[in-house]
Amino acid sequence: MNLLKFADIRRGKDSSDRVGQIMLAIYILLFLVFLVLPLGGLIYKSLQNKQGEFVGLSNYYLYIFQEPALFQSLSHSLFIAISSTIIVVILAFLFSYALTRTCMPFKGFFRLIALIPLLSPSILAAIALVYWFGNQGVLKHFLLGHSIYGPIGIIMASVYWTFPHALIILTTSLSLSDSRLYEAAEVLKTSKLRAFFTITIPGARYGIISTAFVIFTLVFTDFGVPKVIGGNYNVLATDIYKEVVGQQNFQMGAVISMVLLVPAMVAFFIDRYSRKKQISLLTSRSVVFKPKKHFNVDMIMLGFCSILTIIILLMIGMAQFGALVKFWPYNLQLTLSNYSFEVAGFGWESFYNSVRLALFTAIFGTIIIFIGSYLVEKLRTDEKTRGVVQFFALMPMAVPGLVLGLSYIFFFNAKDNPLNFIYATMIILVVNTIVHFYTVSHLTAVTALKQMDKEFESVSLSLKIPIYKMFWRVTLPVCLPPIFDISIYLFVNAMTTVSGVIFIYSYDTTLASVSSIHLDEQGDVAAAAAMAMLIVYVSIFVRLTHTIITKGILNRTQAWRYNVGDAN
Amino acid sequence: MLENNKESYLATNNLSKSFGTFEAIRNISINIQEGEFVCFLGPSGCGKTTLLRCIAGLEIQSTGSVIQKKIDISNLPPSNRDFGIVFQSYALFPNLSVFSNIAYGLVNNKWNKHDINKRVDELLNLVSLTEHAKKYPGQLSGGEQQRVALARALATSPGLLLLDEPLSALDAKVRVFLRKQIKDLQRKLGVTTIMVTHDQEEAQTMADRIFVMKDGEIIQVGTPTEIYTRANSPFIADFIGIMNFIPATIVKNNKAQCNSVYIDCDTQDFQNNKSVRLAIRPEDIQLNVEKSDNNVLEATIKEIEFLGSFQRIYLEVSNVTKDLIMADVPSSNARKINLALNDKLNICFPVEDIRVYPN
Repeated sequence: MNLLKFADIRRGKDSSDRVGQIMLAIYILLFLVFLVLPLGGLIYKSLQNKQGEFVGLSNYYLYIFQEPALFQSLSHSLFIAISSTIIVVILAFLFSYALTRTCMPFKGFFRLIALIPLLSPSILAAIALVYWFGNQGVLKHFLLGHSIYGPIGIIMASVYWTFPHALIILTTSLSLSDSRLYEAAEVLKTSKLRAFFTITIPGARYGIISTAFVIFTLVFTDFGVPKVIGGNYNVLATDIYKEVVGQQNFQMGAVISMVLLVPAMVAFFIDRYSRKKQISLLTSRSVVFKPKKHFNVDMIMLGFCSILTIIILLMIGMAQFGALVKFWPYNLQLTLSNYSFEVAGFGWESFYNSVRLALFTAIFGTIIIFIGSYLVEKLRTDEKTRGVVQFFALMPMAVPGLVLGLSYIFFFNAKDNPLNFIYATMIILVVNTIVHFYTVSHLTAVTALKQMDKEFESVSLSLKIPIYKMFWRVTLPVCLPPIFDISIYLFVNAMTTVSGVIFIYSYDTTLASVSSIHLDEQGDVAAAAAMAMLIVYVSIFVRLTHTIITKGILNRTQAWRYNVGDAN
Repeated sequence: MLENNKESYLATNNLSKSFGTFEAIRNISINIQEGEFVCFLGPSGCGKTTLLRCIAGLEIQSTGSVIQKKIDISNLPPSNRDFGIVFQSYALFPNLSVFSNIAYGLVNNKWNKHDINKRVDELLNLVSLTEHAKKYPGQLSGGEQQRVALARALATSPGLLLLDEPLSALDAKVRVFLRKQIKDLQRKLGVTTIMVTHDQEEAQTMADRIFVMKDGEIIQVGTPTEIYTRANSPFIADFIGIMNFIPATIVKNNKAQCNSVYIDCDTQDFQNNKSVRLAIRPEDIQLNVEKSDNNVLEATIKEIEFLGSFQRIYLEVSNVTKDLIMADVPSSNARKINLALNDKLNICFPVEDIRVYPN
């Protein structure tokens, strides 16, 4: 009987299936080498002593009972992550409520401004705060004697840079609502307030849960902000850096990485779970909600959104101003001299390295991720293998950049690793960045592929067209818009990331975001601001070009999309 | 169920397919002749689409075999089998024009450009869409898109055409129009065709033979008339068309007792005292008959439903059953005899129109 079953499995495959199988095998191999094994190595490292001997959990024991300073960082990290999450969720919920559920004017403008923090590295917020509230800050006395260097600064900067992430999830979640529910409530004479608490909040609850866990993870694992503005307030991310770079205590670095990894993993699984729930809320028969005018609410929301956008503009504006000022705060003459970066290794070459990294990541990442998602979504055989690839594709989301980076040093720096040659090169940076941002891109691609008729592959097979030909002629052209979205997402994130690359850049491959941190560390805040702003310029430039090119290419290749109007 | 008297074009032998522990189809053996138009008919979840996909090779059967033109194709991938397929969702490539969609399969089979143009024109003509060649699928109506899909499936002249609920996504009027067009086309080309549908009217108007399926098995095979008039189970009798069911007990040969009344009917092999169900179609019940005939009963009109070309009368025949009995009357007749609520009248169940099913 078993033999029969084996024969059955071998049945009915053609060349496309075999190519698919080989590709799946290659993806699994790549994920093993660039994700699973390094992480495994990191875990193993945490169980070793300095001589490389296996010591079980004694490092963890040491961590909990003999290093109170380190253990305290955990509570610090939790404190800033939870505080930031609560603030961001409330602000972003109100903001996205204003964007989706009210008739507030200038929605497009507000949305655009609110997304600005996505274009800058997280440290930019910290640098701007130094200018506003630092020792020589303009508004220093606003803090009533408290220092910005510490939890206050970390939370403020974290709220700033994670705000758009929350806004995107919550806007999507709030715009998925069925207006029939509100009509039904109105017909039943339900008050607006009751409708809000019985329809709006429950409808958005999975979005809110998801947002909370995403923001928690972002803040909990962020390195740049606490490094720049944390002062003596230690958090896990800076601890890892100190242990590894400062004290060369790799084992303790690995232990703290595990402490960082576990909450991130838990948050990830809760987030996945709540997103799955969210999808099922809206059926194809739902009628999309259209807000009605309500003067008072609209005006309150206008005021609220105006304040937030002004704060965002003041933050980025101050960073720009600081970058152009000769000697803050004594000589406010404007100059470009801060852009000359006289610190060796952390100047313009690091900026060009960043652009190179971003380009390579965008090009290779998009190709690899899109093909991978196609294999997962559209192959008709090998269900279990596809499940494995899907699982691997989701894993990076749960792994903080700092942890991934650290695992890469241990794994690729090992002398007996045949891939040792990629250590300290651009290749390892590109690979690390692709893996780090794999999940979101993968999910974007999968969503786009799911929207395509699931019978395309069947039709092609019946017409004796190999799948790869169909992929080239139909799937790829139809999916161009999401493919562009993925490439821009990868580009901007490769430009702005700090935590992913802080451990694995080398003297020849310094990066702009890393340089900004080092410049700040050396007290040259103006140059740090200038460097961070360079990243912003490129990100804006690329976004604009992307919009223009996308429009041009789409007009040529997506004619079928826009000509639908004259049907019949 | 095997009919080996004629040349078989396509056959399946004990075909089964399981998804995990769920058996989608079980031991299906069918035989289809060349040029035949066959429908797999059944409620959703009965396995009809799975059976079609196994024939196409899009699903791999768990056990059993598929034979096409005497060759065992069970182990061939879909790309090595000879068939064209049309789906409910059309599955037209949105970024390719109507012309390119139809030419899609030809390009790969090494046709030269001139021949491709000629063949596509021919097909466009066949489905009367010549003027839409340059448009994209999104610019066509649903019915037109489905015709393009049909032309694409026929382009390479496959020996077997598979239609997976091709009309289910369309409006009622378009559906009726396309039904006829597909049937005419099939007759003209003589291509062996299998259509999957859950719409019994569609199956009845189009198919030469219907395979009725339920719970992964084929439960009856026959021409549309055979299935309609001689359904072999109450399930089919009820699924295809409308049927009145009346509980009864066999009292002697060709006589059944319903409540307090005796009804003459063909009791076949049923034993005496066996509890059965008598079935009669609404259109077979005769109204206003003479008292002298067999099976004449007194009834009261409880409800009249106007359904366009005919009217459905709900009758209370309390000494036969507590359920209301449906009787259909052509609207023109109904106007003449002038029926009204609570009228009393005599109705008749013609002996030859009553079928007896086990309870």
